[in-house]
Amino acid sequence: MAFLSHLISGVSLGSIYAIIALGYTMVYGIAKMLNFAHGDVIMVGAYSCFFMVSRYELPAVVGVVVAMVVCTILGVTIERLAYRPLRQAPALAVLITAIGVSYFLQNSALLLWTSNPKVFPSIVGNGSLKLFDGQLSISYTALLTVVTCIIIMMALTWFTSKTRMGKAMRAVSEDKGAAQLMGINVNATISMVFAIGSALAAIAGILLCSAYPTLSPTTGSMPGIKAFTAAVFGGIGSIPGAMIGGILLGVIEIFGKAYISTQLSDAIVFLVLIVVLLVRPTGLLGKSVQEKV
Amino acid sequence: MKMKKTLACTLAATLAFALAACSEDAPTTTASSTSAAATAIKIGATGPLTGGAAIYGQAARNGAQIAVDEINALGGIQLELNYQDDEHDAEKAVNAYNTLKDWGMQISLGSVTSTPAIATGAENFTDRIFALTPSASSVDVTAGKDNVFQMCFADPNQGSASAQYIVDQKLGTKVAVIYKNDDAYSTGIFNTFKTTAETLGLEIVSTSTFTEDSQQDFSVQLGDAKSKGADIIFLPIYYTPASLILQQAASIDYTPKFFGVDGMDGILTLEGFNTALAEGVILLTPFNADSTDAKTEAFVATYQSKFGEVPNQFAADGYDCIYAIYQAIQAGNITVDLSAEAINDILIAQFTTMTFNGITGTDVTWGTNGQVSKAPKGMIIKNGAYAGLD
Amino acid sequence: MSVVVPKLQQLARKNLRTFLPYAVVIVAFVVVSVLANGGNISATLRGQLVPICAYVVLAVSLNLTVGVLGELSLGHAGFMSVGAFSGVTACIALSDTIPSQGLRLVVGMIIAAICAGIAGFLIGIPVLRLRGDYLAIVTLAFGEIIKNVINCLTIGKDSNGLHFGFLTTVQDLGMEADARVIINGPIGISNIPRLSTFTAGFILILVTLFIVINLVNSKSGRAIMALRDNRIAAESVGIPVTRYKLMAFVTSATLAGAAGALYAMNFSTIVATKFNFNTSILILVYVVLGGLGNITGSIIAATVLTVLPEMLREFNDYRMLIYAIVLILVMLATNNASVKALPAQAKAWFSRVVTGSSGSPGGDASIEADPRPDATVVDHDNQDADEQDDVSEVILDV
Repeated sequence: MAFLSHLISGVSLGSIYAIIALGYTMVYGIAKMLNFAHGDVIMVGAYSCFFMVSRYELPAVVGVVVAMVVCTILGVTIERLAYRPLRQAPALAVLITAIGVSYFLQNSALLLWTSNPKVFPSIVGNGSLKLFDGQLSISYTALLTVVTCIIIMMALTWFTSKTRMGKAMRAVSEDKGAAQLMGINVNATISMVFAIGSALAAIAGILLCSAYPTLSPTTGSMPGIKAFTAAVFGGIGSIPGAMIGGILLGVIEIFGKAYISTQLSDAIVFLVLIVVLLVRPTGLLGKSVQEKV
Repeated sequence: MKMKKTLACTLAATLAFALAACSEDAPTTTASSTSAAATAIKIGATGPLTGGAAIYGQAARNGAQIAVDEINALGGIQLELNYQDDEHDAEKAVNAYNTLKDWGMQISLGSVTSTPAIATGAENFTDRIFALTPSASSVDVTAGKDNVFQMCFADPNQGSASAQYIVDQKLGTKVAVIYKNDDAYSTGIFNTFKTTAETLGLEIVSTSTFTEDSQQDFSVQLGDAKSKGADIIFLPIYYTPASLILQQAASIDYTPKFFGVDGMDGILTLEGFNTALAEGVILLTPFNADSTDAKTEAFVATYQSKFGEVPNQFAADGYDCIYAIYQAIQAGNITVDLSAEAINDILIAQFTTMTFNGITGTDVTWGTNGQVSKAPKGMIIKNGAYAGLD
Repeated sequence: MSVVVPKLQQLARKNLRTFLPYAVVIVAFVVVSVLANGGNISATLRGQLVPICAYVVLAVSLNLTVGVLGELSLGHAGFMSVGAFSGVTACIALSDTIPSQGLRLVVGMIIAAICAGIAGFLIGIPVLRLRGDYLAIVTLAFGEIIKNVINCLTIGKDSNGLHFGFLTTVQDLGMEADARVIINGPIGISNIPRLSTFTAGFILILVTLFIVINLVNSKSGRAIMALRDNRIAAESVGIPVTRYKLMAFVTSATLAGAAGALYAMNFSTIVATKFNFNTSILILVYVVLGGLGNITGSIIAATVLTVLPEMLREFNDYRMLIYAIVLILVMLATNNASVKALPAQAKAWFSRVVTGSSGSPGGDASIEADPRPDATVVDHDNQDADEQDDVSEVILDV
């Protein structure tokens, strides 16, 4: 019974990592950059929803929509101002700029909304599903998170394989130059990727704060790093990989805490990551790129 | 082209150093020119004003500033407060301390959090500048330094006092502890709690931890406590993770008693927090914002009108620190033109002999080891407010 | 004859590149020491001298991994941490055996360097088999693991010697009453003997420069750079990949360890959580801003960026925001092709207008603006490749 309970906790924690990882992997797969500011876009999304629901007392749906709109605009703006001018720059330069953007968002949030943590109102209330005579309980938020994660994953997979825009994205990720030659508007495609990624970040932020209802300017940064780890774990650039990586990471974290030691839980999670990467260097579902000489 | 670039770099380097040296001199020269006609005693402090611990630093600063404004309004001795950001980091705290030294600091309020306070405390000791920290509670802050004092309980005292309290008031028989194992404050309190519990025969059935990186999901920790049948959970942590623990415990229908320490204070001020979840939480705190004591009411009212929220104990500690120093300044006849070292010696003599009444404690005295001696108040949260338990 | 002048220029340039870092450091040290002795230096800067030295060494050592070897390492603070804790523990444990402070500091730093080097070796073996972002995430993972492990470590010293504990409290170590607790889990080390001095830092920087510059200019250095520029070609020429990668990585870790010990003994307390991901990123920013592979750049960037946040203190609440904006703007300015072309364009316009000569206005600019063919390894600042360009360009053209 304890095992099942831990498994459920792990899956619900992991599904949040998975949604964040999906955003990371989309941006990385296509724009080939690590968007360190992703975690902070999540934070902005959560704050937007918080203000809509708590301060202005609007229904949750409005909060979600507003958050998605705000994040999409934010993501596209960041891409336009900070990342597009560095398209030709070495990867490290873009990474540092992303870090600069991350600090910028965190400190702006600190100035605007102060460091006092806010308690986020849950989207689906605090109830939970009780099974086995109350011995097992699954919170509604966890259920919602898992379901949302699966839906998003399926939607993204359909989008990238069946729609024109999705195919354009895949083309850009394979070879930017050739895609441009084929008439694909690379700039618009990459902006679209950031837009989708940021909208996903908004959803992730709302779900993260519904499950763990404290919100402060630094809320997004650690889940962002863990989700990045999850994305690499599952194979960066692979959409199902991000989901599986996220869920597995959550499960490993919970099991590590439960069966080994709560003090070493961080070390255990990262150790598993290292072991997996040594055995499968491109992540669980990553494609091993053939090197052409 | 390359040579010009490297030459430019060299020039830039020497320029940067020169600039850094000179521009830092600027505050010193202005400070010395103003201290010639100085009108206020300079009190410096560091605290986390940005970053994850910013709530605490800003609270302490706000509380201290209110006290300074009140004292200045009385006429007589004037005080000038300068709070610098240390981002809860020892290195930045020492930099902040040095900046304050350049400014001409004569008395120090130390640092708000323990690790920076240990680092700046060492500087205070070497430079002979008196320090009274509002909230840095680790024993190492004052250990071996004769001029560093604390307004807050030292961690070991909280740990042993909590265990004693639980046993004396018969609050529970099987204790579970959830503490933060990458935080000196939390671990320090836990260590003495564990030792005292063992001495008193209080059974600790479950001990689990969390870290800065994993302070969101407590299902494992709570599950362990529940399965071991713990009827009281000791939480030597701050109120933000505590609020999550309370909420998650409720969602698995687990309702033990919860016992917190002074870090739990502030839980009722969390915006949007359902205070019903905190019903019945017991904590040892020096400060009660709902107290009907005149000084406290006045302070809370001023704080609310100025900063729009209810003050927590960090703010109250900051407020009391300034008043304690003011009392010592008056009793020791300290004047503006005295050097920091001279002020330091007078203050040490005052603090080790005086008794202080503030909003975080009455009949407060200090030992020569810098630690404060005041009675912790046991509070229980009833109907969304503190009620005395003694 | 026409060959001699360019050759001399080349020689002068090469020597300048080799000796410039030393020159910068020595000049800065002399200037600052004179100012400090005369009491003309602010307390803020005086307090930052040792941390600046430590960060310079960290930046130069990370540059060895990121700029010269071409592998992104996000866990450099982990090596700093290992060095800090082992160095300070050694200094405290040896406080009776070696009364001389300077000698104890040196011994402490050497022990720190060795421990960090061993950590670098153990971590390097699995890590260096990976590539690119996977290597980056694994270095980040190791940094976090080190932080977590040290938080669970307790070490104490009493008349019976050293006691080690893991996942226990200090009381469980069973030491005598007069024991000195050294590492107390997450509380870290308190009451550290403040042995670090600016002179020691200066000497450490010189030693670092000596090691790194000689490594870069040696046969091993060329092999390492060949690995960075084109691993496949280097392998096919017979360069043993693992050996040289490990060499660079371990050297980098060793120097970081010594810097960590120097840094730690400037403060009276250190905690493991200080050496986290944010610190690793901080050092990475110094390296990137200074220019990958550019040693002098690392020195200057580390110094300026350590001093800059303190100089911005007047802005208090807006300080970190300004720092972030400055960082973004500087990255855009130094890497955006059209912004980089501005000085050349300005120069050309100037020479055209003032001297009336018809320079090549868009010439330099357009070459710089050309997108480089995608490489699977981290791109490095092309202008620093210099002589190595001749060899590597041939390989790249394949």
